[in-house]
Amino acid sequence: MKLIIAYIQPQRLTQIKEALVEAGICKMSVTNALGCGQQMGYEENYRGVKLSVNLLKKVRLEIAVNEEYLKKTVDIILDAANTGTIGDGKIFVLEMVECYRIRTREKGKAAIG
Amino acid sequence: MKLSRFIFSAVFLLGLGVTGAIWAEETTGSGVETAITAASETAEPATIQNLAQLVSQASEAAGTAQDSANWVWILLAAFLVMFMQPGFAMLEAGLTRSKNAGNIMMKNLMDFSIGSIAYFVLGFGIMFGADKLGLFGSDGFLLSGANTAGKEGMWQYAFWMFQVVFAATAATIVSGAMAERTKFIGYLVYSVCITMFIYPVVGHWIWGGGWLSTLKTPMVDFAGSTVVHSVGGWLALCGALVLGPRLGKYGPNGESKAILGHNLPLAALGVFILWFAWFGFNAGSTTEASQSIGLISVTTNLAAAAGAIGAMLTVWIKEKKPDPSMSLNGVLAGLVAITAGCANVSPGAAIAIGFLAGILVVFSVEFIDQVLHVDDPVGAISVHGVCGAWGTLAVGLFASKEFGGIAGLFNGGGMALLKSQLLGVVTVFAWCMVLGTLLFLAIKYTIGLRVSKEDELRGLDITEHGVESYGGFQIFTTD
Repeated sequence: MKLIIAYIQPQRLTQIKEALVEAGICKMSVTNALGCGQQMGYEENYRGVKLSVNLLKKVRLEIAVNEEYLKKTVDIILDAANTGTIGDGKIFVLEMVECYRIRTREKGKAAIG
Repeated sequence: MKLSRFIFSAVFLLGLGVTGAIWAEETTGSGVETAITAASETAEPATIQNLAQLVSQASEAAGTAQDSANWVWILLAAFLVMFMQPGFAMLEAGLTRSKNAGNIMMKNLMDFSIGSIAYFVLGFGIMFGADKLGLFGSDGFLLSGANTAGKEGMWQYAFWMFQVVFAATAATIVSGAMAERTKFIGYLVYSVCITMFIYPVVGHWIWGGGWLSTLKTPMVDFAGSTVVHSVGGWLALCGALVLGPRLGKYGPNGESKAILGHNLPLAALGVFILWFAWFGFNAGSTTEASQSIGLISVTTNLAAAAGAIGAMLTVWIKEKKPDPSMSLNGVLAGLVAITAGCANVSPGAAIAIGFLAGILVVFSVEFIDQVLHVDDPVGAISVHGVCGAWGTLAVGLFASKEFGGIAGLFNGGGMALLKSQLLGVVTVFAWCMVLGTLLFLAIKYTIGLRVSKEDELRGLDITEHGVESYGGFQIFTTD
């Protein structure tokens, strides 16, 4: 069992979600996030004053998968999130120790799927 | 023959009566009808005498209708101007951070509430009471000149209502410049002082029969570019100076940093409300239902539009993007600038005045922020102080005999009017700066003018008022 955490460009979320659902991966959590990386923020102008925005708006995607779904999921995100520019984000894959479904008390592989 | 002549005269007089009235048609109608019925009963021997009687009755009816129209118009305008209060509240809230929104609401709510009482007790008397030395009025306190016995006394109620909303407008301008760091109690004390004394004295000089209105060429400030807006703007400058900038506004080397407002749509709503209410502010300043309100509305609207365009183009060229908040300030700059001359200039001149105000406001905001390092989150000093002064001077340039009966420099009137305007601008600036600085320093060293550093960082909503403005919302903030 793995936990995939991806930070992506907000404007790519719809595309990624559609591609995932098409591949049968339809369980995910999405939250707003602020972050900074290589993109180093950008400059805004507010009332004549330059404003450097260091923390950029990102979307954080969390998907718990069983091993056989890992590669497929990561590949889809890599494809759909890629704009080819700095700031496209990162994908982290973590080992997941356990998983429970609250309603049924199922655990492990059954709880993920 | 005689009868047809009578009917012709009656129709003619009815027409006169109706023209005299603007809104109060019913009064006119019934008044003139009564007159005609009365006359037609004796129509057979329709003599010159009958007609003379008819004329006097009809003109009396028209007079009553005019009176009614005056009451309706001045109060309708007063209600519109009252709505500038939420306009300012929305504008200021939009251009500041979410953690201080409730505090801005309280300031705009309470300066009107406290200001109303203060203006009732003292302000109105100082502004419009019997003149002393050309400097201040000396009676009519607590609305003592008003009564329900006759027309004059009744008019005082309507007139007071119109004037109190102006006083509150002057007061509320300051709240934006002092936003996000002022101690609430200190602001309340300031509100009392401006509506009770500082504003009414200037009002007396220019509107209440004081020295600026009795110059050889009297100063022209039709609806209050100087009386209302400059007074508010200069007091805002004093307040912001004594307070100092918000934490984090200027870097260690004095570089200006942007502190984003939290709700641009709210700021825009505020400006639209102000634009709308300004028709009451300017056209209502006729204080009577006269035909000039059409012209005044036109000059007001054109100047606002030109101000928006002027500011947008300036900021677009300077900063490469048409900044919304600066364009919003441009609308207000145009409106403030035309306020003095709205009844005295041509529509073309109104466009020029508004457009130049729009350009001026951008440079002024950047100068005050980046050179003077005075932190004015909403641009109140530039919009109301600087553009108020510009608009007042502009009357001396653009005034035209054709519109307001007096000519400025560009229309063959020479320097006389411009000099009076300049004298007014300078003396009002001096009066406001001296009293304003004294007032804010006095507050600073007694009850305190600024909140603690910790309170400022947490936000005034929680620390000053014990509430959150957006309870239940997750506010994503990094400062």
